[in-house]
This record gives sequence, structure tokens and C-alpha cells, in this order.
Amino acid sequence: MDLLSPIKDHHSERRLFFSRVIFTMIVAILMLGTVVARLVQLQVFNYEHFAARSQGNRVRIEAVPPIRGLVFDREGRLLAENLPAFQLELIPEQVADIDETLERLAALELINAEDIPRIKELSLSAPRFKPVTLNSRLSNKEIANFAVQRPRFPGVDFQPRLVRHYPYGKAVAHAVGYVSALSSDDLQILEASRYAGTSQAGKTGIENSYESVLHGDTGFRHIITNARGRQLPSDSLDLRDTLPADEQPSPGDNVYLSIDLDLQLLATEKLAGHRGAVVAIDPWNGEVLALVSTPSFDPNLFATGMTTAQFADMQEDLDRPLFNRAVRGTYPPGSTIKPMLALAALETGATNLTRKTLCRGYFVLPKTTHRYRDWKPEGHGEMDLHDALTQSCDVYFYDLSIKIGIDNIHEYLVRFGLGQPTGIDVKGERSGLVPSTEWKKGAFSNRSDQRWFLGETVIASIGQGYMLATPLQLASATATLATRGIRYRPRMVAAYENTLTGKRTMTVPERLADVGIDNDLHWDAVIGAMHDVMQSPRGTARAAGSDAAYQMAGKSGTAQVFSISQDEEYNEEEVPERLRDHALFLAFAPLDDPKIAVAVIVENGGSGSRVAAPIARAIIDQYLGYGSDSG
Amino acid sequence: MIPGDSHQLLDQKSAPLGDFARLMRRVHIDGPLLGGLLLICALGLVVLYSAVGENMRLWFSQVARLSVAIVAMFLIAQLSPDFLRRWTPWAYLGGLLLLMLVLTTGEVGQGARRWLDLGIRFQPSEIMKLAVPMMAAWYLHDRQIPPRIGALLLIGVLIAVPTILIARQPDLGTALLIAASGIIVVVLAGLSIRLMFALAVLSVPGAMLLWTFMQDYQKQRVLTLLNPDSDPLGAGYNIIQSKIAIGSGGLFGKGWTNGSQAQLEFLPERDTDFIFAVMGEELGLLGVLALLGLYVFVIGRGLFIAVQARDTYSRLLAGSISLTFFVYVFVNTAMVTGLLPVVGIPLPLVSFGGTSMVTLMAGFGILMSIQSHRKLLPH
Repeated sequence: MDLLSPIKDHHSERRLFFSRVIFTMIVAILMLGTVVARLVQLQVFNYEHFAARSQGNRVRIEAVPPIRGLVFDREGRLLAENLPAFQLELIPEQVADIDETLERLAALELINAEDIPRIKELSLSAPRFKPVTLNSRLSNKEIANFAVQRPRFPGVDFQPRLVRHYPYGKAVAHAVGYVSALSSDDLQILEASRYAGTSQAGKTGIENSYESVLHGDTGFRHIITNARGRQLPSDSLDLRDTLPADEQPSPGDNVYLSIDLDLQLLATEKLAGHRGAVVAIDPWNGEVLALVSTPSFDPNLFATGMTTAQFADMQEDLDRPLFNRAVRGTYPPGSTIKPMLALAALETGATNLTRKTLCRGYFVLPKTTHRYRDWKPEGHGEMDLHDALTQSCDVYFYDLSIKIGIDNIHEYLVRFGLGQPTGIDVKGERSGLVPSTEWKKGAFSNRSDQRWFLGETVIASIGQGYMLATPLQLASATATLATRGIRYRPRMVAAYENTLTGKRTMTVPERLADVGIDNDLHWDAVIGAMHDVMQSPRGTARAAGSDAAYQMAGKSGTAQVFSISQDEEYNEEEVPERLRDHALFLAFAPLDDPKIAVAVIVENGGSGSRVAAPIARAIIDQYLGYGSDSG
Repeated sequence: MIPGDSHQLLDQKSAPLGDFARLMRRVHIDGPLLGGLLLICALGLVVLYSAVGENMRLWFSQVARLSVAIVAMFLIAQLSPDFLRRWTPWAYLGGLLLLMLVLTTGEVGQGARRWLDLGIRFQPSEIMKLAVPMMAAWYLHDRQIPPRIGALLLIGVLIAVPTILIARQPDLGTALLIAASGIIVVVLAGLSIRLMFALAVLSVPGAMLLWTFMQDYQKQRVLTLLNPDSDPLGAGYNIIQSKIAIGSGGLFGKGWTNGSQAQLEFLPERDTDFIFAVMGEELGLLGVLALLGLYVFVIGRGLFIAVQARDTYSRLLAGSISLTFFVYVFVNTAMVTGLLPVVGIPLPLVSFGGTSMVTLMAGFGILMSIQSHRKLLPH
């Protein structure tokens, strides 16, 4: 090649150019070949894969929440329903100036000024077409107020939704429970797919324990969305036809409680102003007729949502309105256990129906000096079993307990259901405590503490010391006294109703092991004495029972909250309110055909027969048809 | 009077030309090339109608833009290659000047300084897309072919200066395309294969050097290409959605305007850089191959014109324009199918938008000019 020649060789130059064009064409064809190969790979070999991914992209399955089942009382009165409510919403993409809009809404008092930063944050983080809730419960006045102003607020509107509503609010709050916003903790327990569209779940009471019944089954529908999740008209792109069928949600079952609303309201009214609880049970099937704990709270606040301050108020309230005393409160049962103790004594032969003990107002264990006082300082004198029960003589039972022994006491009280959960169909129940020598060995790590002292048996005989019971357990034990040893598991729900078919299923009473006391004479003696508590001239609760139009049985209890020293007198007026004795009362009626058993506790109420007995009486009156309303 | 209009239709052995062909010759139009281009544009408009979500306003604006570009092609075709060659250095120098101007006073948009407003808004880099290969061809047209080392180095500088200026805007995609158009001229001019191989080997450390110059977002694009699933909702989103669109189109496509990826906006930039994916989804492999076939036809016709051209300048320029057009097609389709990193290169004549279409058509105008101004004697 002539590299030095400045003269161009046109012929060879054209040849060279042609060869270069061929060369570049080959390179280009190879490059284009890779693209074509890639297209074949994507569109032919991986077609199935990408077709599935593209389908997954555009079709979203949206859960349709079911309608929650209703809750009724035993007479079919609504205790929990679903009401349409209105919430204020803002759609960010339709609002020109969010700051300014929120300020104007705050000026109209439609939103809280403190909520503005939170709402702004929400509106920035969510897709701009997704509504942000400004106010989850508009009052009628607020709706009216906003309706007038609506044209001034483009992008802000109110939307209906179903909100759980409890028409009787506080009166049934602890029995029915409440629903509130589903938390991430709930989803750990609940089946996440069933709750895909659900925003609330039962947190306490029936709402919680019958969650799976009330909730119903979530349906789903396929919606076509674009990349930002915005829903598109269902006819778009003719995709509808190719989608699997939607599934309708099926509503939850309605639940009928055994609760009698009238009793519930009456008990609430009677306990007003007190911290306390009332549990009433039908002895022959375990149905809970009333379950009240006061002070109570408005469950509707949980359903609609409340401010942090409102919740903090409830939580910090010293009276603990959120605490369900009826099933979670554990109290020293006091003298209310004496009828059961008496049965234990008769059964174990620790005493008989005629043996007498002298009550001088105090009891001293052999070889000791400590005086265990009677509630009556001057003493009751000669007492047999009947009189000791009727007048609630402590010294008689102090003496008797030594003869029965703590382990026999434990044995019989456990047979009545104390010291263990009753197994009621509401969660969170406490088991209380019935001490025994065995228990004490396990309960204390220090060896010297593990020994059982006779003195502990003495105070256990009047339901003090370690002994604790819930109002529910006491009501259940009372029912067992009423049935003379036949036991049923307490339960709140009497029936379910399928809302679609209307088919009602009654729950079956669950009979538990009998107490195992077959001697009718023993029952007659104890129940007779309980009758005389109410309706004999010397009975401790004669004031509450003597004028009843039917025969009833009862037992008072006054439980010490704190110990007074040996020489001090307990003077109710001088003791701070929260250190006063708890007032307890157990009762059932009618005597020969018991229909209702009641346990009442009034915290720091003082005397059981004076404070708690009239409440029990009123409830029984009402239930048996002698109430003030029913004449 | 149009400069260089002294053409003579005396090439072949007076082959009988039909009246229509004669007319085309007279108005400096190359029939096959025009036909191929119009078919691409027509197919592109069909796809674009779907890609803009059946928005007639946007669609018509594209029709208008295409019309302007075609008019520009006709006008450029009237200029003779000689005229173009003579004005080449001035075009190149003017382009350089505008590039420097854009770096100092240009409008800033999306973090880059690319636009210049001199009565009309335009990107000076568009001028360089034609001016750089023209300049390389101009420099070589009266020099020895294949070029010597000294000439190669000088051409290297002529290519590198605008490339660097554009890369500084920053517009890496366009810079690389412009460099490619210049390098193609050198390759067509007979750059020794051994040297090319050596340069290819050298490009490895060169690429590493380039990496250090790249902006973070550019690095991210490369990393994303290597593993798109590492960030499926971030940088990898485009590639993943694009592959889903194309793959789910299958052999025959989901049907025009029925691509769910495109219509439901899963596919980003569906009417611009990723319009090829819309086509793959809605028209399937067959539709896409049809478009690629049209591209191949146009490129082949361009290379045919280059081979037939009578002078060095025309040959090199025609070859470069044709092959650069191929590079556009390759880079875009390879990017959309996930073979190359996401660089902002539109699919030529199909993607929605602007100035690049006029430049492309002007390039085809040059091809037509070269084809229709052939003289009997080589220059």
C-alpha cells in the first residue's frame, strides 16, 4: 500500500468503504440479533411468567368486610348494633391548599387544632387520591354546620360508615365489652385474611370472646387498579370478564345473651356512686342474668374513637372504670364462705347440728395469747351451727376451722368452684385463691414462709387472709348452694342466630361435677340458716329480707381491707374511705325453687348486710316480679 | 437559487426512468427511503395513540411535529452535498459555540442545562448530532484513507470536545451517541481492525474512568441493570415493568390500546423512552418485529446510498447517519428489554417528542440529497 502518496486511490477507497459497510452491517445484525433473541426470550419462552405478573399488577383483590352480628339480651333487646355514622374526609389531590383548608376547618371547630400536624402528615404519606379521615364522628350539629359551609371546602366531604353502637352504654359495657380499632397485636392472634377489610375487633367482654361468631366472613371483590392503586371503572379494558367471581361477605351471627337488661340496669342504678360488682346467675343452667361492674365507661367511645386525653382520663381514674370487677376483681370473701364452711364441717364430722360453742367475743388458739376477735365485741354467747350462721358468729367458725383443718376447707371450697376460673365465656377471668398447706409450699420460696400456721386457718374461716374470690365465683357458689350441690358452668350467651337463615341455635348448659354432699339434712340446716339470715328476727340481713313477699336465703360478708391492731376499735367514720371494709352479700330465691342467685360486692362499702344486702334484694325482687316497676 | 443545483442526471447508462421516479429525482426525494420512513412514522403514530392514553391533543401535536420534521427533511434534501461539505466547518464551530453558551447561560431543567432560548428553544446538542459526523467526514474527505495516526488523533479531538461539553450538561446519553456517530465515520474510513481491537481493550480502563465521572443517578442505572430486583420499586421499577409489559404481550400482543401495563400506568414513560414496551405489550412479538424490519429496511437503504455515493464526504456521512440511526434503535430497544442500562434515548420516529425528530429527519434529508445529487464524476 502506498502510504506516502497524497493522491487518493478512489477505487481502493471505495472497496475499503464497501468492506467496512459489510463489516459494520455484520456487527449491527449481531447486535440486533441479541435484541430479537431477547424479545423471543421475554415474549415466547417467559410469556407465562410475565403474563401472570402483569395480571397480578393490575388486579387487586379488595376485601369486603362483613356486617358484624348484633348482640341482644335474653328478651331480644338490642345491646350492640351497627349504626351509620358520618366521618369527615379530605382528598388531598382535590384540595389546593391543605394548610389553609385545615386551618379553616379548625376555626369552624370541625377538627381539633392539635390534630392538624398529624392530618398533614397522613395526607402527605398516602396516595393523593386516598381520603384522609379528619374527624371520625361528626355530631348532627357538626354535620349541619359543615353542610352549609361545604361549597367553601372543595375536596372535603363527609362519608357514611357503620359504627358499632351500644344503646345502653355504661350499663352493659362490662358485660358486652366493646370493639375498637384493630391493632397489629390483634392481627397476630386473629386470622389476618379474615380481617383484611375489617377495621375493628372486639377487645373485651362478649365482643371479644365471641369475636369469631360476631365477625362473619369477609368477602372479596376484584378491582382493577392502575399503578398508583387508584381504582378504575369496572368495565375498563374489558378485563372484568376474565376475572374470577367475587365473593359476597357473610354477616356475623347475632348473639343472644342470657343477660336480663332490666336486672342489668337496676344493678347499675343500685351500684351508682360505688365501686362494686353484681353478678346474678340462674342456678339451674348457669346463665348469667346480670353482670355489672361499676364505675363503668362508655363503650361507644372505643367504637367511634376518642382523644388521647379521654383515654388517659379513663386509665388514670383511681376508680378504674375500665376494670371489670365482676370477673377480674378478687376480694376477700369474708363471712360469705361460712355456709360452705358449715357444710364442710358437717360432712367431715367436725361438728353436728346441735353442738354448741361459747362465743365471748374473741378466740384464742391453745398455748397462745393472740385474740381473734368476733365482729361483735361482747360476744354471741352459746352458739350452734344455725345460730352461728344466722348471726355470723366469727368465734364459732374460728373454733370450727381448727377442727375441719385448712386442707378440708380448701377441698370443699374448691368443690364449690372457688380458687379456680369458672370457665365463663368471657376472657380475662381471675381464679382467686383458696389457700391450703400444699398451696403455701408452692407459693413461697422462703422455707420458713412455706409452713402453714393454725392462725392462718383461723382467719381463713372468715374469708380473710390469703383467700380471694371474684364476684362471679361467689355468684356461682351461691347458685350451687341454691341447687344443693348441682353445678353449671356460668355463661353469658344463650343462643346464636344465623342472620341469613334466621336459624337460632341455643347453647347447651354445661353441667359440672356435683359438690358431692348428699346428706339432705346438712343442706336443710345450712340453707335454713341462710333463710333465717334474711327472714328471722336475729338474722344479720333481716332489714333487707324480712319484708320480702317470697322466701329467700342469703349470707352477708364484711371483708377487712386492712388489719387493725389488737387493741384498736374499728371505727368506720375514722377510717379513710378506701381502707373501709368491703361489703359483700350472697343471696338466692325463692327458697324452695331457686330461680336466681346473686353476689353483690361494694368496695369499701362497710357492712355487707347493711350496704350489699338491699342491692341483692332489689335485684331478686325485680327478677321474681316483685320489683318496683312490676308492682 | 439553491446552491449546488447543477446536478446532472447522467449517472447510470441512461436507464429509463419512470415519470414518477423522474419527478422524485427532481425534488431530491429517495422513494424507498421515504416509503420506509413514512411506514415507521405511521406505525409509530398508531402505537403512540395508545401510549398517550388516546389523548387526541397529544397525538396531534406529535403529528404536527412529524410534519415539521418531514418538511425539514425535504428542505435539507434540496441542499447539495457539496454545499453541505463547504459549510460543515462553520456548522461545527457554530455548534461548539452554542454548546459553550448553553453551559454558561442555558436553561436549567431537571438538574441539567440542555436548552438554549434564542428566539426558539432548542438543544444545541441536536445540531452536533449531525455536525460531528459531518466534521469528521469533512476532515477526511481530501485526506488519505485509511487515515493515519495524526489524522486520527485530530479527529479524536474534534469528536471529544463536543462530547465532553454535552456530557457536562449533563446529558451522557446524547454525548455517547454523538461520539458514536463520529467514531462510525472513522471506522467506515478504514480504521484498522487491529487498532479497533486495541481501543476496545483500552475501553475497559476507559469505562472505569467513565464510572468515576458518572453522576450517582447514572451509576444507579448501571447497577440497576445488573440486578433490577434489588430495588423493585425504585430504580429497578422501570426495567421490571417494561419487561413485564413486553413479556406479557406474547406473540400477538394484548391488542391495540388494551395493554394493561401501559394503559394502567404501570409502565413509566410509556409514550417516550419506553414506547417500545407498549408496542411489545399490545402488538406482541410480531408487531415489534415488523417495526424492527422497517428500521432494518431504512438502515439498509441508507447504507446502500452510502455505498453508491460518489465522494468520500458523502460516503462517510451517509454511512454514519445510517449507522447512528441503528445505534439509536439498538440502544433504545436494548434498554427497554433490559439489555442495557436506562439511558434517556427515545425510540427514533416513534417516541413522543421533540427536537430529536427534526434532527433525525434532517439526517435522512442529507441521505436523500446524497442519493439525488450524484454526479457523473467523482469529486
